[in-house]
Amino acid sequence: MKLIFEKSQTGRRGGDLPNYELPPAKVPDALRRETPPRLPELAEPEIVRHFTELSTRNFGIDTGFYPLGSCTMKYNPRVNERLAMLPGFRDLHPYQDEDAIQGALELMWRLQEALIEVSGLQACSLQPAAGSQGELTGLMLMRAYFADRGEGDTRDTIITADTAHGTNPASVTMAGYKLAKVETDARGNVDVAHLREMVDEHTAGLMLTNPSTLGLFDEHIEEIAGIFHQAGALLYYDGANLNAVCGISRPGDMGFDIVHINLHKTFSQPHGGGGPGGGPIVVRDKLEPFLPVPAVVQDGDRFALDYDRPKSIGKVRGFTGPFGVFVRSYAYIRSYGPRLREMSEVAVLNANYLLARMREGYDLPYDRLAMHEFVLSARTLKREHGVSALDVAKRLMDYGFHPPTIYFPLVVPEALMIEPTETEAKETLDEFADAMLAIAREAEEDPELLHEAPHGRPVKRLDEVLAAKRAIVKYGFEDHPDLGATPQQPRQLEAQKGA
Amino acid sequence: MLAAIGVSSVEELFRDIPEGVRFERELDIGPALSEQELSRHLEELAARNVDSGKELSFLGAGIYDHYVPAVVDTVLQRGELLTAYTPYQPEMSQGVLQAIFEYQTVICELTGMDVSNASGYDGTTVAADACFVAKHATGRTKVVVTQATNPQVRQVVKTYAPGFGLEVVEVPHRGGATDPDELREAATDAACVIFQQPNFFGVLEPAPELAAAANETGAIAVAHVDPISLGVLEAPGVYGCGMAIGEGQSAGNYQSFAGPHYGFLAAKHDFIRRMPGRIVGETLDTAGERGYVLTLQTREQHIRREKATSNITTNQTLLALGGLVHLSWLGPQGLREVGETCMSLAQYAKSRLAEAGFQPLFPEQTTFKEFAIGAGRNAQDAIRTTRERGVHPGYALGRDYEGLDDALLVAVTERRTPADIDRLVEALSTR
Repeated sequence: MKLIFEKSQTGRRGGDLPNYELPPAKVPDALRRETPPRLPELAEPEIVRHFTELSTRNFGIDTGFYPLGSCTMKYNPRVNERLAMLPGFRDLHPYQDEDAIQGALELMWRLQEALIEVSGLQACSLQPAAGSQGELTGLMLMRAYFADRGEGDTRDTIITADTAHGTNPASVTMAGYKLAKVETDARGNVDVAHLREMVDEHTAGLMLTNPSTLGLFDEHIEEIAGIFHQAGALLYYDGANLNAVCGISRPGDMGFDIVHINLHKTFSQPHGGGGPGGGPIVVRDKLEPFLPVPAVVQDGDRFALDYDRPKSIGKVRGFTGPFGVFVRSYAYIRSYGPRLREMSEVAVLNANYLLARMREGYDLPYDRLAMHEFVLSARTLKREHGVSALDVAKRLMDYGFHPPTIYFPLVVPEALMIEPTETEAKETLDEFADAMLAIAREAEEDPELLHEAPHGRPVKRLDEVLAAKRAIVKYGFEDHPDLGATPQQPRQLEAQKGA
Repeated sequence: MLAAIGVSSVEELFRDIPEGVRFERELDIGPALSEQELSRHLEELAARNVDSGKELSFLGAGIYDHYVPAVVDTVLQRGELLTAYTPYQPEMSQGVLQAIFEYQTVICELTGMDVSNASGYDGTTVAADACFVAKHATGRTKVVVTQATNPQVRQVVKTYAPGFGLEVVEVPHRGGATDPDELREAATDAACVIFQQPNFFGVLEPAPELAAAANETGAIAVAHVDPISLGVLEAPGVYGCGMAIGEGQSAGNYQSFAGPHYGFLAAKHDFIRRMPGRIVGETLDTAGERGYVLTLQTREQHIRREKATSNITTNQTLLALGGLVHLSWLGPQGLREVGETCMSLAQYAKSRLAEAGFQPLFPEQTTFKEFAIGAGRNAQDAIRTTRERGVHPGYALGRDYEGLDDALLVAVTERRTPADIDRLVEALSTR
C-alpha cells in the first residue's frame, strides 16, 4: 500500500486551529525555518482510512492467538483503556501541587504496595520506563550500594546465564560492569558447580530469570542465592517471566534482592506494537535509600513525593514514570486480587497442555514440566526435511496464528519458544496444536510449501538482508529509491529473533 | 487437560519449585473487583485529582497541554495496533512497521536529520542515549549540557553518566541564554554538547552559534527540540547539529501525569550504525513487492548482547504513532500555525503580565511558547494564592534554579485563549 506521503495533496489538511486575531509574533531571521517540513497533507477522512488500512495489515492479541514466548501476550481488558482516559488521570500535569494530585499519588502508592507483596520485597520505585530500563536501574543500585560500602572498586563483575535475555548483558555494559556467563546444565538449571567457580570478591551480583527463558523453574535457586549472599553479592531477578509464579513463589523469598516487573507483560499494559511498557523495580530494604527520586510515600492519610533521599542514584526517567501504564496495571491487579495465583496457575496449565499436545511433532530439549512457557526445537525437521524454525513460524501465519519466538534462547538450536498465557481457551490451544502438528507433517510431505510461506499475508517473506544493506530508513520523496528497479538474487533470508 | 499432561492436580504442575520458596498464604492486595466496582474505585481516585479541565493551567516546563485531535484517539484504539507486540515477524506486522517508517520520516523532516529511531522512552532518556552514541563515535569521555536545558534531562544524564564512564559538565546561562564562547571553552575534548531550543526558560538560544561552537571543538552538537516548534524554528540538521533529540509529548500525547510519552532521537547519516533502539527499513518481499522490517539489528541487544548500542527493546511505539497522526492531521501549514499561535498568545500574555507589574525575567530575550516572569513574591506563594482563584499560573523556577525563588515559568499553548490569559493576569494580581 502507499505511504501516507504518497497520498499527500498540497494544501490539504486534517483540521483547523482557532484564530485569536492577535498580532503575529516575530521569529528572529537567523532562527526562522526556511523550508517547511514535508509533513503529509490529507483531509481527516483520508487520515482515518490510511491508519485503518494499516491496522488491517497488522496482527494483535485482539486479532488472534499470539504465543510469542517471553512476551506474555495476554488479553488487555478494555475497561483499563477507559479508566486511563478519565480526565482526572489523562489531563494531569506532573508539576501540580500535591493537594491536586492525591488520587494519582494514592494509585501509585497502592500499585507499589501490590508489587511489593507480589515480589516479597520491601520497597518499590515505579520510575523505569520498561523492563530493560529496570535492569539498568537495578545495576545502578548495585553500584551505589557497593560504593556506599566501600567495595565499589572491587566488585566489578555481573554474572548472567547463557539463557539470559539479550537485555541482561547489554544492561551490564551500560552500567559499566564486566560480564561473566554461567552455563546451563543438562536439566536446564544454572550449572551450580560452574557458578561456584565463578563467584569471588569481584562479583557484584547475578542477573537471573526464574523461571528461565527455557520456561523451567531453577531447582537449585536456594543454593544459588546462598552462594551469592555468602560472597556478599546481590541477586537481580529479571521479572519478564513473573506471569508463571504470581502468588505461587516470590522472588524475594527465592533470595533475590532486586526485581524488575514488566507491567506490559504480567500486568497487561497493551504493548502498542512496541511500547509503552513499564519496568518498576522492587528491592530489599537495604537498597531502598538508593532508589530513584522522587519516592511516592504515604504520610498519615496523605500521599507525597519525597525528594529527600541523599543516597539516591538520581533519576532514570522524567518525573515519576509512565503514569497511564500504572493506571492500567493497577486496575488489572485489582480485578484479580488474590486470584492472581489462579492467573499464574492457568498460564502454567495452558503451557503444559500445549506442550503435551505438541511434543510428538517436535524435539523437546529439556523434558520437564514447563512453567508458563516452553521451548521446542525444529532440529529434526531441519535435519531430515530442511525445514527450519523460521519456516515453521512463517507457515503458522497461514493458519491464522502469530508465530512463537524463534531462535531464542540461544542454547537451543532451531528454538520455538511458546507462551500461551492464561487468557486462551482450550479450543484455541487445540487449534494451535493441530496447526503445529499439521505443519510438522507438511514439512515431511511438501517442504517447499513451508519454505515459501507465508502465502496468505499482505506481503510474502521479506528480504531482511537487503533492508540492512540498503538502509532505507525514511521516505525520500521525489528521490526515493526504487528497490524493485534492480532485480534481486534469491538469497537466504536472515532470521528474525524475538524477545 | 490435566490428564493430557499426565498430572493429577494443578499443584503438581509446580513440583519443580523447592518447598522452601513456595508462597503458602494468600496475596494481600485487596479483594478481586468486578468491572463495575473497579470503575467506581478508579473514578473515585481520579476525582481526587484536579485536572486541567477543573483548573485553568499555565504549567509547562517540559509537559504541555496542547490540543490532541480526536483522530489520534481513534487510531490508537485500533486493537490490531494497540495489542500488538514489537514487530519481530514482519509479515504479521506491516501496519506497525509502515507506521514507524512514516514516523521516522516525519521526525527526520522536522529535525533535518537522516535517520530516526522508532522512539525512546521520553525526552530525558534520549539525551543519555545521545551521550552514549557520542562517546563511542568520538572516543571522548566528557559531555557538556547547558544549564538552560530541562533539569529533568540533566538529572537523567547525570544518573547514566557513571556507568557510561562519562563526566558531565554544565554551562551556566547568561540572562536566560547560553553564551557561545563559554560553550566553546567547555566543549574542549567533549564528546557532545547538549543544548535545548527553545530552552527550559522558553528562550530562543542562538542555536546556530551554539552548534558551531561545539563543532569547532570536534564535539557533536545535539539539539533538544520541541516538535511543535519545528514548523516555525529552523531544523537542527540545517544549522550543524549531528543529532536532534526531544520529548515528543507536545505532538500527539496527553499530559497524563508525565507518561507514557515518547522521546525521539534522530541523527546524521554518520551515526546510523551507532543508533540505539529499533529502526525500520524498507525492503522487498520474494514477489518483489515493497515491505518494511526491523533493520540494522546487528546494533541491538538480542543479537549483539553486551556489545549492543543500547539495551532498549520496548520503546514507545504507540505514543510515537500518536505523534505521527497528530502531525499528519496538522500538515506543514497547521504545524506552523500552532507554533505561531502559541507564540503570539505567549507574547500577549507576556505584555499583559508586564502591564500588571509582572516583568519578564529575561527582557532581552525572544521566547517561544513559555517565558519566565518575576512574581513579585515567592513563586510558591503566588501559585497558592492564584490557585485559590482557579488558575495555576505556572512552574516555580526556584525548584531547580538557585536565586530564582520569585520566578514563575508560564506556558501558553494554543488551548489557552486571550480571555484565559486575562483571567491569569487578574488572578495573579489579586493578593
